[in-house]
Amino acid sequence: MAMLPPGVSRGDFDKALAEFGAAIGKDWVFTSDEDVALYRDAYTPFWGEPEERLASAAVAPDSTEAVQAIVRIANKYKIPLYPISTGKNLGYGGSAPALSGSVVLDLKRMNRVLEVDEKNAFALVEPGVSYFDLYRHIQEKKLKLWIDCPDPGWGSLVGNALDRGGGYTAHAFRNHFDAHCGMEVVLGTGEVMRTGMGALPGAKTWQQYKVGYGPWIDGMFSQSNFGIVTKMGFWLMPEPEAYLSGLITVGKRADLTPLIDIMNELENQGVYNGMPFIGSPLNGSIEPGEQFRFPVDPEVQRLLDRPGDFPVAELEAFCARTGTGFWGLKLQFYGPAEVIRAQWAHAKKRFAAIPGAKFEDQPLINLPLSPEQAEKVHKVVFGIPNLSIFFIGARSETSPPGDGHIWFSPIIPRTAEAIFEAQQVFGEAAKEMGLPMSPLSLPGTYWHRAFIFIFGFPITRDVKTNRENREKFRKLIKIAADHGWGEYRTPPAYQDDVMAAYSFNNNALLRFHETVKDAVDPNGILSAGRYGIWPKHLRGRKRT
Amino acid sequence: MRLLVLAAALGAAVPAVALAAAPAPSVQRGHEVFDRWCAPCHAPGPGHPGTQSLEAKYKGSKPGALEQRTDLTTELTRFYVRTGVSIMPFFRKTEVSDADLAALGAYIARPRP
Repeated sequence: MAMLPPGVSRGDFDKALAEFGAAIGKDWVFTSDEDVALYRDAYTPFWGEPEERLASAAVAPDSTEAVQAIVRIANKYKIPLYPISTGKNLGYGGSAPALSGSVVLDLKRMNRVLEVDEKNAFALVEPGVSYFDLYRHIQEKKLKLWIDCPDPGWGSLVGNALDRGGGYTAHAFRNHFDAHCGMEVVLGTGEVMRTGMGALPGAKTWQQYKVGYGPWIDGMFSQSNFGIVTKMGFWLMPEPEAYLSGLITVGKRADLTPLIDIMNELENQGVYNGMPFIGSPLNGSIEPGEQFRFPVDPEVQRLLDRPGDFPVAELEAFCARTGTGFWGLKLQFYGPAEVIRAQWAHAKKRFAAIPGAKFEDQPLINLPLSPEQAEKVHKVVFGIPNLSIFFIGARSETSPPGDGHIWFSPIIPRTAEAIFEAQQVFGEAAKEMGLPMSPLSLPGTYWHRAFIFIFGFPITRDVKTNRENREKFRKLIKIAADHGWGEYRTPPAYQDDVMAAYSFNNNALLRFHETVKDAVDPNGILSAGRYGIWPKHLRGRKRT
Repeated sequence: MRLLVLAAALGAAVPAVALAAAPAPSVQRGHEVFDRWCAPCHAPGPGHPGTQSLEAKYKGSKPGALEQRTDLTTELTRFYVRTGVSIMPFFRKTEVSDADLAALGAYIARPRP
């Protein structure tokens, strides 16, 4: 057997494991080295090092009552538990605990779609339900509803929303936490609680009115360790009649300012409801991820590689000569055909104020897609879960197979000025640290009031490289914080570092979290260390 | 459940000839497991990183899509599902149980006409 939970004796651990087995069936208590190793984070930046966060055992209950039973036993023996939903949060921690020796509470078997209401457009699901599962359920029942999924479709709706992940369809659904409505939570004491209208016995609107009565506390269960969410409601989009997209390109670097300003204004007015994709066509494509697939024009590459100042005039001359956009924006619309055609026509009028702006109309697509159409589209834009994103790191004609990745992803303002500043700051840092980063990188547009500036760090199986990359990652966190930018989400390896950056007034926010932690989880057994929140008995220790 | 596990394990171990004579029930289950857990990366065609990766590896000497391969043993399937390779993570037993893994192995290694 691999290890003991910190501070727990062999005798107590054995007793706890036996009681877990009695509560949920011993087939669902995993203790052998072989089984527990399956809970390693496949993309850990600590692979094979003493600091790698490893489980001592795993338990897999299949009901809220069983979760409660486990929490009560864990309290009795002070066993640290680490709940995971589907355990597929690769790049942000996977299925491994934040504290070595924790028992992973694997909720994958709680995989029931409890309700899908077509008329009111919501679903109520358990944590083990993946985007694939809910999509399949909706398709089998022929419901006219869409889901909003992140790039990897095997993740949990509950887990992704609690980690505050995002997707690709309409404005109101892309922020997965914002699109949730109502939770059931098992607290650190084993007591079960429902939030929002769910607190009213027999409530008729648990999935229709988020806030219920009194303080709205759902946010406290996201990116935290205050409870175990066992049910969660989500608002879904009624299947739209049609989809339309259109491309706007501009030829000068400085055109990014009006491009983003108009984009923001139109999004905040609801003139388009899809995700606006921004990028530089000089990078080959503006669709997220696509820039990895197409080579950059050799002339552009030579200019970008040239030492010295960023070659703005030369790139602008290349754009003018070849008709390539310096920047591009793809707007996307979901809705009735006549409405979205009119919205695109209006958008074009607005962007025409930028001298030299060019437009490319795309054909309107009537929905639902045929199976043949579905194979050809960017699936997540149509709420179709898939795993094609893993082309990043997969072996290709031009690159060897990778071992995984993690993301550095600070939030920056939704302005061109912020983009230029981030490009300069991170560009210089990347050059100094030897990290690949295109000076034409543009941020993610998932959220409608802020950008996420994302870049990937490769994970390797080489200890020396991983150590160097960890230092670089930590340096980037500091550089970002020095400029007023903070990460939106990060793997456990860096959660203390990022929490430390959110330090206003002597870490008042973290101290508040710790006060809550001590009150709602007095024995400190839930997800110790997750998002930098440690229980009292483990607080203040030096960590790697 | 225990009987099923046993049947699946036996199904995986018996020679292909015997399987052809009496198709093991686990092959059908294995097909379902493949569709659920493997196809999103390993189905034929673009948009499937596993297939793309194996095509780049074998350069035409073997098919990139796993269901078209005839040289994969149940042991090899088991190894990759529980060990992972490159960016493919290993799968936990709450995802692919030992019984389902045996069925999957039997499906991948099934005799072809």
